[in-house]
Amino acid sequence: MIKVKIFSFLFLILFSFDKSIAKEPSVLIAEIVNEASIILSSSDPVESKIIKLNNIAETNVDIEGIGMYTLGNYRKSLNEDEKIKYNKLFKSYFLKSFSSRLVDYSDPKISVVSEKKINEKYTIVNTILEETSKNPEIRIDWRIYTKNPNRPLIRDLVVEGLSLARTQKEEFKSIIQNNDGDINYLFRSLEEFIIK
Amino acid sequence: MKKILTIFVITVISQVFTLNTYAGSDDTVEIKSKVKEQSTEVKDCFETINRGIFAFNQGLDKIFFKPIAKGYRYLPKPIRSGTSNALSNLTNVVTIPNNILQGQLKEAGLNTLRFSINSTLGIAGIFDVASYYGLNKLEKEDYGQTLGTWGVKEGCYFVLPVLGPTTVRDTIGSIANFGGGDAWYNVTVANDTKYFEDSDYYYSRLTAGVDFRAKNLEAFNSLENNSIDLYASVRSLYLQDRKRKILNSDETTETMNDDDWEEIDTQ
Repeated sequence: MIKVKIFSFLFLILFSFDKSIAKEPSVLIAEIVNEASIILSSSDPVESKIIKLNNIAETNVDIEGIGMYTLGNYRKSLNEDEKIKYNKLFKSYFLKSFSSRLVDYSDPKISVVSEKKINEKYTIVNTILEETSKNPEIRIDWRIYTKNPNRPLIRDLVVEGLSLARTQKEEFKSIIQNNDGDINYLFRSLEEFIIK
Repeated sequence: MKKILTIFVITVISQVFTLNTYAGSDDTVEIKSKVKEQSTEVKDCFETINRGIFAFNQGLDKIFFKPIAKGYRYLPKPIRSGTSNALSNLTNVVTIPNNILQGQLKEAGLNTLRFSINSTLGIAGIFDVASYYGLNKLEKEDYGQTLGTWGVKEGCYFVLPVLGPTTVRDTIGSIANFGGGDAWYNVTVANDTKYFEDSDYYYSRLTAGVDFRAKNLEAFNSLENNSIDLYASVRSLYLQDRKRKILNSDETTETMNDDDWEEIDTQ
């Protein structure tokens, strides 16, 4: 009887714990945006900002998933060694590209407008980047991967209807196609970008 | 001149109807159609030449448009907003007929109302008075978009000197502007009216280009700095943008093909 009680107690705790850490995609975006805003508006040196922004990305973005998507059909022809090499290169490429895009903004004001669940795996969160003296208002939609509801991850940013992941995918495809389908040219391009 | 134009138009039209035979070849950019829910592909027919023209345009942008756009940014915001509003107001003369051609009668009515209010009370469109009265700005429409909604395929993707990325369908759409489809062109260049000069049209087009460039300085810089194949990125962005405009949809889920995402499982 005691065993049953203990089991029930543990089950209850686990169940309530599971609920408590499940995060709504729009809450995730609001938190990330807030965190990034604090970093970008701080007086920290650029290098420090980049490290902090990269930490946010590593925790909240499905970098491996985006990498595989970006590779398109070529992902099916990679052997294990190439896959490991690609994942490593893509991660470095992504983080460098991500932080250099963001670091130009001093204090972006992004507000969450709504969210729409597509299916069990995906939710789209709609946000607005507020107008500044330099830039007009910009609509940004975030594709959130929600297969594990306790750990939603960002998979794409759709800026004014233009998908960054799709653009990157077509860019990679172009590089591979223009070099007779040789994936090594993509690896070389990524390496050049990383050391640039 | 007329003969040359006719030959050009016929060549371009014939391309539109023959290009679909290229679909499925390797050197393509995939775009999914909402209407038929099947993949269609846009071929970059003369990629080597296109890349050359793209490089030329990049050079032109560097020495001409970018510096002017940077200078334009120094103008006080009310002047920039007024210029942008006036130019945007002018585009209604192309948007309204295209609203009608696409069967968007409500939008045609709203845009006509906006155009009338802003051209008069808004002093030639400098002030967006219509938005103050709750008539918010709608999406612009053009003849290329209308052809798209009618089911005409993109045809070849190519790059024009100075004007930039386009497709055969969008080029035909632009030609329609010069064939009577753009009232602003008609009263400035096509017809000899005592109110406007030819130069009014060309200045307005040039200013629209500079205004667009000035609004996108940071975005372009970011794209240039973070692309490993800038040409391919611009091509992708252009085709995505045209597709979204033709679908007249803001819904990400309606304009994106989810198939590839569904395959990727990392959790």
